[in-house]
Amino acid sequence: MLFDAYDPGDFFDELFLGPGQPRPEAELLIKRVNAMSLVELQQRQRAVQNTLFKLGVTFNVYSDNEGTERIFPFDVIPRVVPGHEWEWLEKGLKQRIQALNCFIHDVYNDQKILKDGVIPRHVVESAPGFLKPCMGLNPPNGIWCHITGTDLVRDKDGKWYVLEDNMRCPSGVSYVLENRRVMKNTFPHLFSAMEIAAVDDYASQLLETLLSLVPEPLIDPRVAVLTPGMYNSAYFEHSFLAQQIGAELVEGRDLVVSDGYLKMRTTKGLERVDVVYRRIDDDFIDPQAFRPDSLLGVPGLMEVYREGRVAIANALGTGVADDKLVYAYVPAMVRYYLDEDQIIPNVPTYLCEDPSQQAHVLDNIDQLVVKATNASGGYGMLVGPHASNEERQDFCDRIRTNPRGYIAQPTLCLSRVPTLIGDGFEGCHVDLRPYILYGQDIYVNPGGLTRVALKRGSLVVNSSQGGGSKDTWVVKSINPDAMVQS
Amino acid sequence: MLSRVADSIYWLNRYVERAENVARFVDVNLNLLLDAPPGMEQQWKPLVITTGDQDMFKQRYGEATAENILRFLTFDREYPNSIISCLRSARENARSVREVISSEMWEQVNTFYLTVNEAADVGLLSELHNFFPEVKMASHLFAGVMDATMSHNEGWHFGRLGRLLERADKTARILDVKYYILLPSVTDVGSPLDDLQWIALLKSASAYEMYRKRQYRITPKGVTEFLTLNREFPRSIQFCLLEAEQSLHQISGTPAGTWRTESDRALGRLRSELDFLTIDEITQQGLHEFLDRLQVRLNQVSEKIFADFFTLESV
Repeated sequence: MLFDAYDPGDFFDELFLGPGQPRPEAELLIKRVNAMSLVELQQRQRAVQNTLFKLGVTFNVYSDNEGTERIFPFDVIPRVVPGHEWEWLEKGLKQRIQALNCFIHDVYNDQKILKDGVIPRHVVESAPGFLKPCMGLNPPNGIWCHITGTDLVRDKDGKWYVLEDNMRCPSGVSYVLENRRVMKNTFPHLFSAMEIAAVDDYASQLLETLLSLVPEPLIDPRVAVLTPGMYNSAYFEHSFLAQQIGAELVEGRDLVVSDGYLKMRTTKGLERVDVVYRRIDDDFIDPQAFRPDSLLGVPGLMEVYREGRVAIANALGTGVADDKLVYAYVPAMVRYYLDEDQIIPNVPTYLCEDPSQQAHVLDNIDQLVVKATNASGGYGMLVGPHASNEERQDFCDRIRTNPRGYIAQPTLCLSRVPTLIGDGFEGCHVDLRPYILYGQDIYVNPGGLTRVALKRGSLVVNSSQGGGSKDTWVVKSINPDAMVQS
Repeated sequence: MLSRVADSIYWLNRYVERAENVARFVDVNLNLLLDAPPGMEQQWKPLVITTGDQDMFKQRYGEATAENILRFLTFDREYPNSIISCLRSARENARSVREVISSEMWEQVNTFYLTVNEAADVGLLSELHNFFPEVKMASHLFAGVMDATMSHNEGWHFGRLGRLLERADKTARILDVKYYILLPSVTDVGSPLDDLQWIALLKSASAYEMYRKRQYRITPKGVTEFLTLNREFPRSIQFCLLEAEQSLHQISGTPAGTWRTESDRALGRLRSELDFLTIDEITQQGLHEFLDRLQVRLNQVSEKIFADFFTLESV
């Protein structure tokens, strides 16, 4: 049987309690895979990869000329999340998004949280994602972060943590939808047997979220997805989502501000755009308001936005919440705005700008993960235990010169899922990025993108760093009374 | 719809059609050569001449051998009108409008590209006899998928417009190949060899059977008339113009027989001239000269469409 040789080892394994002992929720899956031959499973894996390639489910690699598209490696063994655990996560994510939204609205308006001294003023004002031109903005219904992809991880003991909030334009949801599509062909019988929660609702929910932003009652509002263009690494996703919700996919050069409105150039002249789902970072969106060298944005868009004549999702300025120093204050925000305790905890975070914490970081750099506060995608980080002496020294210097620019966290031993590599299974570290929509209500798509580090022992799961993905199955709990993390 | 999107759908279709037609007119030559008596000089150069890209060919390859020309027209990634380059451009255009076309269309053009790309990597010229029919079929499949899965909306009409204008132009070129091949041997006109050549030509336009149904005997005049003026055969030039004009009027909203945009006027005028042209008049002015002028006029129509619908100048 295929899983006979698999040893989950001294890790938290998402499918196994111990060697040959599947978790109750994963039992049917393991039984099904065990009934297959290795060749059969490998064939299915190849078939899935082929399908994804033919569908063009690819991402672009920068600085690579011919054949710029790669398929995001996909593994057929899914990750399983039991229903009761998912309910708890869903609650925690809703709470977090709500608090973060309050925070963003507050810092761009009354700044109560700063005045009350809950978060030091300089922390917010020194964050590169904090945009002065956004002061006083009041987006429709006071909602700023309409679309979020929060990164969750589990440590060795199975405890969940929020690793990162992605409030600007998180990507990856297209893989969730397309991975599911191919998995249904790979394990058709398991879907009904295991009562796996469907993910296909996402497109409708996204459309409703965007339509809830229409600035004035319009009979036929126009929604557009703004992309940097087909050479962007996430272009597949931009066009996929535009297609799924029936929106126009536009580039900056298709748009123009005219008569105080945002308009697009069509074969019949200029036509109004009412809601923009932007997949461009804040500072590129309007060269007049932000980076003057941006060719991707639309001159004058910020003014139209400020006037409330066009809605933008996510709102401009949300990047302030992506700052990793601001992240450290999320528990305080939850308490301040919601008067609740945080449900899903943060990873404990050392602030290098605090002298005593900095000293601790410098002394223990070989055990910590150091992250640039303004970077994402696995760039600008040091995994202490895996780094060379020079690399550690380099980061120590960087921390000393720019303490505001770095935070450190203990190296979590991420949970693992068996993954088909070569002729057998290996436990590979994973994280989880669920997608959350905030329109009239908050909606969490069940499951999310499980990213897997395919390099042996690696803890970095980002697609740009050699990661792959797995389907995530939220299944009916076998034992609903099972303990939930407290 | 967005001008950029309309432009991309138009070119997506033109490039797929172009790839198909390059396959067609290389195929006609391969077929002609198979039937040629031993010792007869191989006529490959005319293929390059009809593309209008002989300078580039000379620069890249020098000698006009069969192998060089086949490679140039099928697998040369640097030559923008080779089959592989057409497919790459078609796919790039499709990729930039994936959300407007149907998924099935995208999958077909993507698969088409991957197939041709694989063939180009292998680069076996001896396999071309199988390769060209595959290219033709994949192009038909694309057109059929587009017809059956995409709403017949403005974008679809732009696509059809692009395909038909390209096809009209290429049918003219396929006929022109025959002109070049016949040139050195005018005395062959009417001989059995000549008959075979005209049959090969008809077959390469998938027109042989339909032609037979209409007028039995293969005559140069009959074939030329069929491929230029016939109003029912889907690869004849006049058929293409009639259908293209319908799409153009759907786009511009102008009633047939009238014009509002310059494109309406240029295409309508060309189509109505062919309405009243006879095959004798074509022969009088010379087939080659006629086809040449026709191609110039078709280019003018394309330029007007570009100016009327695709230019992104600020208003």
